[in-house]
This record gives sequence, structure tokens and C-alpha cells, in this order.
Amino acid sequence: MINLEAIERIFKVGDQQVHALDKVYLDVPAGEYLSIMGPSGSGKSTLLNIIGLLDRPTAGRYTLDNKDVTSLTDEEQARTRRETIGFVFQFFHLVPRLTAKQNIELPLVLAGLPQNERNARSERILKATGLSERAHHRPDQLSGGQRQRVAIARATIMEPKVLLADEPTGNLDRTSGGEVIEILERLNQRGITLIIVTHDPEIGGRAGRQIHMIDGRIDTDNSRTA
Amino acid sequence: MSFVDIMKFITGSLEGHRLRSVLMLSAMAIGVAAVVILTSLGEGARRYVTGEFASLGTHLIIVLPGKAETTGEGPPMFIGETPRDLTLDDSMALTRSSSIRRIAPISVGSAAVSWQEREREVPILGSTADLLEIRHWTMGQGRFLPPEDPEKAVPVCVIGAKVRDELFGSHSALGEWVRIGDRRFRVIGVLATEGRSIGIDVEELVVIPVASAQMLFNSPSLFRILIEARNRDAVGTAIEFTRNTLRERHQGEEDVTIVTQDAVLATFDRIFNALTLTVAGIATISLIVAGILIMNVMLVAITQRTTEIGLLKAIGASGRQIQTLFLTEAAVLSLIGALLGLGIGEAGSWFIGYLYPALPVGPPLWAVIAAAIIAVITGIVFGTLPARRAARLDPVQALSRR
Repeated sequence: MINLEAIERIFKVGDQQVHALDKVYLDVPAGEYLSIMGPSGSGKSTLLNIIGLLDRPTAGRYTLDNKDVTSLTDEEQARTRRETIGFVFQFFHLVPRLTAKQNIELPLVLAGLPQNERNARSERILKATGLSERAHHRPDQLSGGQRQRVAIARATIMEPKVLLADEPTGNLDRTSGGEVIEILERLNQRGITLIIVTHDPEIGGRAGRQIHMIDGRIDTDNSRTA
Repeated sequence: MSFVDIMKFITGSLEGHRLRSVLMLSAMAIGVAAVVILTSLGEGARRYVTGEFASLGTHLIIVLPGKAETTGEGPPMFIGETPRDLTLDDSMALTRSSSIRRIAPISVGSAAVSWQEREREVPILGSTADLLEIRHWTMGQGRFLPPEDPEKAVPVCVIGAKVRDELFGSHSALGEWVRIGDRRFRVIGVLATEGRSIGIDVEELVVIPVASAQMLFNSPSLFRILIEARNRDAVGTAIEFTRNTLRERHQGEEDVTIVTQDAVLATFDRIFNALTLTVAGIATISLIVAGILIMNVMLVAITQRTTEIGLLKAIGASGRQIQTLFLTEAAVLSLIGALLGLGIGEAGSWFIGYLYPALPVGPPLWAVIAAAIIAVITGIVFGTLPARRAARLDPVQALSRR
């Protein structure tokens, strides 16, 4: 599904060059449950952003779903993000003036789907995530766990093949964090490729495959060691 | 993204930032209102002046002695070539045309007018009975010059209101004999004060029969001849007739200048159109200022909405979609602002018309349309830079902020 070959990402900070990613090789088959762990500044978020096409690698080759996506135009990348990739963030990033339902429907709006189809899809997903009663509440009227569930619903409404979560529980208490992880894992059981970036070894440890990063390199990868 | 969705999204974001939206709207509205009000003032002034001229009669023809000509032939060959005078006979010869309704020969001079112990130096106008009609004057008291043979030097005069006040005070002027120069005239009428005539102040005038004036000033030449054509269409024929007649009478030489009221009117029309354009140009600057404000406010808005833009990109919005969103937002704001401004402008010019009823204010249609179009274009042009910036925003950095 995802194949990274010698991916490098260099940031310029003043005169210095910082190797955020240093020749990263990674192969993720479809339907895998992968966690990326490591200390701050180890490059795990940068890796996730490159996989999610939010960032472009300085060098290397990235194949997503058997397509070379390194050289896509802005328009094509946006389309790939919309159709193949779902994002879940630590800070939810819901649009505050829109209701839960409107937030969930945003990707469909960008894709240009008509309102009746949007309704059908968003109602189905609201029911599945247990948010039907909260559909017309705005984010500031929702709890943290509910907000993250809205964000997950938004990330999955286009039925992407890959779901990327950057510290999805980082801003939640234990109980709602656990609920969120369960929802993500259920999605993975239904076939979605799930990649979670986290600090928390307890959450990272639940994944079938775990990667530790240090200084822009993959330090350990339990699929190789095991 | 469909048009309806874009509109919904924009409406939402405008409502979400009320103060910002109101600021941008008012900037545009003020700009457009300025254009509308200023051009309607300019247009009002133009209509006022042309209206004043039209009241003098648009089919007025003025004949002046001498020919004003600019040619490239160098200095004249015959030095001392003086134009022939216009004479009373010239004037009378013109009465034969059916295209001419009225003729008033005019001779002008200045003389001392006295009654009892009071004396004053006053401009004297020698003319005929037709002058009253041609210049649209009205009588305050008595009557105007009698419609007699122009060559008869009848000793009567008509005086302006100020002349009457200064010579007679509270005494009645009608029927009194005044001395003008070395002759005596009987006052038969006083001109009404409201009579206004370009270049001549009716209140400080004494009008006497043209033949009397010629005797008084001891000169047969006329200052000019005023001709009123039968109607507008007859103006051309009347000019033609006048030119031919006078050329015949002047031994085949064309030595008079013929000016029509229309030509004067057209000149004023041009001047005031230029004035209106200038004022409109100045007002357009305020539209540009509004555009800069829109750009400024939108740049701030984009900084405020960085996360939202980053998110939109993460969930699949292309740079172009984001640019479209922000550009449409700027265009919609300018359009609403322009409409508001048109409303305010119309109300403003109505109010000016209400305060100064004599001034026919009203914005010309071209100015209204141009103001609206310029407003929207300004919004789009000045919205482009912020929209581009939004489109190029790096989603990683945008989302790294809370």
C-alpha cells in the first residue's frame, strides 16, 4: 500500500540544515495497524505528513497504492488526499462555526457531492460513531472525546484506504482516549490501513507493528525483528 | 465545489467574523457612495447651467462685426484692412427671411444719466422692442420700447431697477424726463430685478431706441445683432440667410462672425462633463483605498484562519479551491458593499436635491454602473494577493498551531 524508498526531508533553520528524515525505507501493506513512536524531534510527525502528502520529501521515492505520488501536481495531490487518505489530529481541528454534521460533510463538499447524498452518508456515519444526537451541535458544545469522534467521522467519510492519526489521544483523558482508540481499531479491522503516531507506549503497544524513530531514522521495527 | 456550497461556506465565514465583514462592507460602501454623490453633484451643476442657457432660447443667433479667423497664411497682404461696421440697415435687411422671427440690433455705450441733481454713469443699450422677448426679460413697471420704426429716434427709455433706485429714490420714475448725455428721454418702464443675462447686469442698465443711441454716441455702427430663429430647425437656414445677406451688402466680403447659442451651450456642456469626470476620478481613489483596506483585512483574516485553511488542505482542498473561496469572499463583500454604497449615494443625492431644490442633482447612469463595476473589480484585484497567500499556505505549519 505504502512504499517509501530513501526518503529524506531536510529543513533549513538559519544557515544549518536539519535532517528531519534521513534515508527512510518503509513498506506498509494494505490493512496493517502500525504505530510510530519516538521522542520529540525524532521525525515521526514529519514522516506522517509525508505519507499524508501534506509535505514533500527533499529526496526519495514514495509509492502510494502502486502510484508514484512524489511528482504529482498540487491539484492531483489534493485529490489523492481527499480520496485515499484520512487525517486525525491531536487538536481535532474542527471548524468552530460549523456543526458536527457540517464538519463531517466538509470533504464531501470539497469533492462536490450533492446535498442529498451528503445527508445520507453523514447520517450513516453519525449513527455509526454514536453522534446522531449531537449532529447539530457546534464543536464548543461537545466534549473532547466527542470532538475527536467527529474528526474521525470526517476523516473516514470519503472511505479512504489509509487513516493517519497524529497523537489522537494526546488531548483527551484516559477514558475517552480509550474509546477513540477502539473506534480506530474497529476501522482497521474492517480493512483500513491505520498509522498512529504517539508518545504513549501503552497506545503504541497495541499496534500489530511498531516502529521506533530516533534522529530521523527508523531505529527498531518489530516486523523486521520479530 | 458547487457554487451553492461556496456561497454557504462564505456566508458562514462572514457571519463568523462580523466586525471584519462590516468594516470591509463600509469601506466599499463609502467609496461607491462618494462616486455616486460627487458625480450627481457634477451632473447637477451641468444640468443647472445648460438649463439656464436653454432658458435664454436655444435658437438664438448672435452676429458680431469682424471675422475672427486663424489661418496659416502669414501676415495679411493689405495692411489696414478694417472690417465694415454692422449697421442698422444690415439689421433691417435680415427681417425679410421667414426663418427669422425676431431681430434686435444692439449698440452699446456709456453715458451720464441725470435727473434733477442726481447723476450717474450707466451703460446704455440701444435696441428695439424685440430685445425684451429675445433676452427673456420681464418688465417691473410700465412697458418696454414701443415697436416702431427702428430708424426713428424716439426719446424714451427703459431703466434698470438699481438705476431707478439711485436716481429717483422713493419718487416714482414713470413719466419723468431724464437727461442722458446731451439729450432728454422720458422713462416709460422699469426692468424687473430677477432678469439675469450672461455678461450684462440688467439692474444697472438703461435701454433706449437704437436710433437714439446712434445719435447719442454719434456712431452708425452696431455692437452686435441678436437674431431669434423661428424654431430650432430653422437655425441653420437663418444662419445661411444672414451670412449671404450680409455678404451681399458688404460687397461680397464675409466680415462678420456668427455665433449660435447652441455652440456656447455645447462648450459649457463639455466643460461640466470634464468637471464631472474629474470629480468621479477623485472619488474612484476612495474605491482604491477601500480595495487596499479589503486586502489588509483579508490578510489579517488569513492569519486568523490559518488552521482552518491547513485543515481544508488536509482533507483534500486544492490550492485553487482555497483561492476561489477567498476570492469569492472578497467579490461578494465588494458587491454587497457596492449595492449598499449605491443606496447611500442615491439617498445622499436625493437629500442634496432636497436641500437645494434649484440644483437638478441625480447621478448619471454611467457613473452608477462604473462605480459598481470598479468596486467589484477592486475587490477581486485586491483580494487576489491574500487569496494566493492562503492557497500557498503550508498545511504542516498551519496545522502545527493550535
